[in-house]
Amino acid sequence: MSTEVSEPASKVDLAPGASGSGEIPQFDITLRVRRYDPEVSEEAYWEDFELTMYGTDRVLDALHKVKWEIDGSLSFRRSCAHGVCGSDAMRINGRNRLACKTLLKDLDTAKPITVEAIKGLPVEKDLIVDMEPFFQSYREIMPFLVAKGHEPSAERYQSPEDRERYDDTTKCILCAACTSSCPVFWTDGQYFGPAAIVNAHRFIFDSRDDAGDMRLEILNDKEGVWRCRTTFNCSEACPRGIQVTKAIAEVKQAVLTRSI
Amino acid sequence: MAATTEFVPPRSGRIDAKYNRVPGRKGNFEMLAWLFMRISGVFLVVLIFGHLITNLLVGDGINGLDFGFVAGKWADPFWQFWDLAMLWLAMLHGTNGVRTIINDYADKDRTRFWLKGILYFATIVIITLGTLVIFTFDPCIPGSPLEICK
Ligand code: HEM
Ligand code: SF4
Ligand code: FES
Repeated sequence: MSTEVSEPASKVDLAPGASGSGEIPQFDITLRVRRYDPEVSEEAYWEDFELTMYGTDRVLDALHKVKWEIDGSLSFRRSCAHGVCGSDAMRINGRNRLACKTLLKDLDTAKPITVEAIKGLPVEKDLIVDMEPFFQSYREIMPFLVAKGHEPSAERYQSPEDRERYDDTTKCILCAACTSSCPVFWTDGQYFGPAAIVNAHRFIFDSRDDAGDMRLEILNDKEGVWRCRTTFNCSEACPRGIQVTKAIAEVKQAVLTRSI
Repeated sequence: MAATTEFVPPRSGRIDAKYNRVPGRKGNFEMLAWLFMRISGVFLVVLIFGHLITNLLVGDGINGLDFGFVAGKWADPFWQFWDLAMLWLAMLHGTNGVRTIINDYADKDRTRFWLKGILYFATIVIITLGTLVIFTFDPCIPGSPLEICK
């Protein structure tokens, strides 16, 4: 990103003044990053970086600029850079978001933009946390199809209506933005967390799956769905727009109707 | 499906022990507690607003509220039952609410243990004393000006 060559002229006719990267507005920002390196110090600290960025840049681009041009020791995860893989959930200006889906121009660039690791999981370095506790809860709800009976020779048929039932929760990319935004999870890390429940929901309400009861039993735990306090932090944090709190409520309902 | 209690969750074994869930008591306690909060809430709306309206709005309103007024109400089994239901539901509802808050905010098991101990002790004392007063209430304290005590 260091060489800002302007794009070749488009073959499409654009209104004058609407093309060319040179005309994208530029602005200066302060990126305030929470740094932590256990090999140097047990103390985490804030570090400010002054950057000149473009109107089309995202927080991820700012992090890249720091890492590639200023301080190579800055550590963060990212893979796809397009909101698909779920690697780069972080706390930006106090809210959990994907750095690759957060445009700088949508933030208040007059103030420093704070970037921290997501909360509630052990920080390993800078913005990288240990995701293992998160994935452990995910694995416990058995996130795979469990179907009884004979293996069909054709597809396992499902009507569009039955597919629609759990459509929302199929969109999860396991970024942990929801679980690490939940105050109940912050307390002691015992709560299964919204993401595990969302992914259980995806199979519980799948007409082809036969282990729904088992998943409901697992989530009827004292650290399961009943710890949800309907704070809605998870729904607000989800970069996929999944209605997480609603999914949790539906699982609560299912546990309840199954028990009585 | 009862066989689910045998389920052993897969573990990578390299994570901080504080995240490992100890398989809790099986049973529906948390579910029933959740349900109780909603059901008692519905009853409390009726009980509390009924209580506030009869005590503060009807008749002389707040000016008519004195020892004699309470004595008069508790002479009637209907209000005895009303207040008893309100006492029990509000106390159990409030106690369970505070129990949840302790679970949500205390992060050490020892802290939780002591806070809950104090909470349950207070609840038992208040429910016992309250129930006792509602049923053994005697309006005729020495020198009572009330009609029925003469
Ligand atoms: C007026 C009627 C009432 C209704 C409809 C009501 C309803 C509720 C409900 C549904 C909850 C559960 C919230 C959750 O699970 O997230 C709750 C929590 C709670 N209630 Fe009530 N309640 C009422 C009266 C009371 C009274 C009189 C007290 C005090 C004695 C009380 C104390 C609490 C406490 C401490 C909590 C826990 C707070 C929390 O979970 O965030 N409530 N209430
Ligand atoms: S539910 Fe949304 S916030 Fe939670 S892990 Fe999935 S994609 Fe991320
Ligand atoms: S880098 Fe893949 S979701 Fe952001």
